[in-house]
Amino acid sequence: MTTTDVRPSDVEAAERPNRAKAQDRLFLGVTRASAALVVLVLLGILVSLVIDALPAFGNFGLAFLWNERWSPAKDIFGAAAPIYGTLVTSVIAMVIGVPVSFGIAIFLTELCPPMLRRPIGIAIELLAGIPSIIYGLWGFFVLAPFMQTTVQPALIATLGHVPGLSLLFSGAPYGIGLLTAGIVLAIMVLPFITSITRDVFNTVPVMLRESAYGLGMTTWEVTRHIVIPYTRRALVGGVMLGLGRALGETMAVTFVIGNSHRIAASLLSPATTISASIANEFSEATSGLYTSSLVALGLILFVITFTVLALAKWMLGRVETH
Amino acid sequence: MTIAKSFALSAAAVAFSFVLPAISAAADISGAGSSFIYPVFAKWGDTYKKETGIGLNYQSIGSGGGIKQIEAKTVTFGASDKPLSDEELDKNGLTQFPMVMGGIVPIFNVEGIKPGELVLDGKTLSAIYMGTITAWDDPAIKALNPSLTLPSQPIIVVHRSDGSGTTFNFTDYLSKVSPEWKDKIGSDTAVEWPVGLGAKGSEGVANTVKQTAGGIGYDEYAYAAQNNLSYAKMENAAGKIVAPSLDSFASAAANADWAGSKNFHVIITNQPGDASWPIAASTWVIIHKAPDDAAAVADALKFFDWAYTKGTGAAKDLDYVAIPDNVVKLIEASWSKDIMAGGKPVFVAGK
Repeated sequence: MTTTDVRPSDVEAAERPNRAKAQDRLFLGVTRASAALVVLVLLGILVSLVIDALPAFGNFGLAFLWNERWSPAKDIFGAAAPIYGTLVTSVIAMVIGVPVSFGIAIFLTELCPPMLRRPIGIAIELLAGIPSIIYGLWGFFVLAPFMQTTVQPALIATLGHVPGLSLLFSGAPYGIGLLTAGIVLAIMVLPFITSITRDVFNTVPVMLRESAYGLGMTTWEVTRHIVIPYTRRALVGGVMLGLGRALGETMAVTFVIGNSHRIAASLLSPATTISASIANEFSEATSGLYTSSLVALGLILFVITFTVLALAKWMLGRVETH
Repeated sequence: MTIAKSFALSAAAVAFSFVLPAISAAADISGAGSSFIYPVFAKWGDTYKKETGIGLNYQSIGSGGGIKQIEAKTVTFGASDKPLSDEELDKNGLTQFPMVMGGIVPIFNVEGIKPGELVLDGKTLSAIYMGTITAWDDPAIKALNPSLTLPSQPIIVVHRSDGSGTTFNFTDYLSKVSPEWKDKIGSDTAVEWPVGLGAKGSEGVANTVKQTAGGIGYDEYAYAAQNNLSYAKMENAAGKIVAPSLDSFASAAANADWAGSKNFHVIITNQPGDASWPIAASTWVIIHKAPDDAAAVADALKFFDWAYTKGTGAAKDLDYVAIPDNVVKLIEASWSKDIMAGGKPVFVAGK
């Protein structure tokens, strides 16, 4: 706004009654308060988690983080097994989910006949809308028996004898455990990673793509040498968002993880995750230290997820500015 | 789904504790705790309301929750499958007495073996849960079941993942029959399981065992009976093989030394007697000795007295065992001695 050339809108604004200005100020105040509320809630959750987790950390010290024992009967608690289970199931989910998601996104943006593009896209988005409890039920009643009778015996019979891999695929076929939980999680993160990947692939300038094809590149080469390098950082961001979801997923995992506070090398063994432990044990946690240890687990998950999401935002943000 | 349910229940509990006193002073009897006893309380509450007009508002939030609520005085009584220790009772001015009994049964899923055909003993069961017996054709299991052809299949151990009174009684039994279990694991509502899968709730254990070939688990008899789970027979402390039934639970209860124990702190696992089922369990009611609201406690005790005398049939229908008459006499004597308001007993039975 300059004083030298007066525009019609400025004149109009000056003529408005004060009431309108007050209204605007009120509007600003309300929206600002709403925004502040988000920050306050976040800080409030963090502070209450820290306060309630203090007895556990006070009692066990930082060793709480790497102690494996979890014995409610003896009031000894350590977070190592749930942290391990959370990380391993998420890694399995990423190892399976990321390549498949990329495959779907590449198919949708580069190869798919236009007629199929919408139906497949909608199917992917519907997958994201299924409540996690349904994935849990499906994992427990359909996937787990199949894993126990077919997949796991086959893995034990083949990979179980390969030196180096034998540790990962040993033990009894329980049906539920780290691997099954990882597979269910992979299906759950699929729609998230796919839709972000598809969107970032669409940001690749048409000229770049057409020029590459013009130079005689194959679809594989265009994807490999043009599309992926162009969107690399955003892809990592999308993967991290999927990872954030996998880390915190509760109900579906609780069904198929086996809920056992142990660290075992085998991917077929039952384990537990942070959120599954909390969901399982909170209602019957009788001692103060027990409750506090569960809250401390929550705090650890908060920190892990927050870090992952912050990294994701930072990477996605750098792409938008560049 | 159980989580959602317990959230809904605790939300309801909170809502009720605010709303009820305001609406009606002659309120329903309020209680919270053990889910093991919930079906009986529901049935009793229904009948009692029809007979007297006083209803029972019992929240099945789990034993741990029940103990917390009675300590916080948000309910008139709490119910727990694990008795409180004398110190815990004294600290909060509480007293406890058994309300109903039942049994815990091993359930299994082995192809070709029918319900009731498998026989186990304490030593073998503890070794299975310890992880030292890992296959169904182990010599120890074969020796107990000479007539069965057991498959060479891994045993998949299933236990409760949530804290549970059932787990408390089951691990108490394992501790009594196995010094190694007592030493390394101990007994509580949740323990450090050496092997196996955790499943949430009675239904979780039952479903996981049903789903998993070679699975073994434990559940309340009432739940197993109503859902036709394949249970095992057990060899008891007297060395006899018994099947789970109301009679064998009652035998365990009758042989327990209630009179000689303070605060009725008797866990009726591994009791003597030829007919006793080895893993029997009771649920205790926990109540304040010097209640703030004497009228509410009197109402509650009156209801319990009614349940001991007139509720036995309903309990039996639901596969629970009523407390034996001689024990009821001890309990009711303890009421007039312990639960006082203004220097007088709050309720005297038989008046």
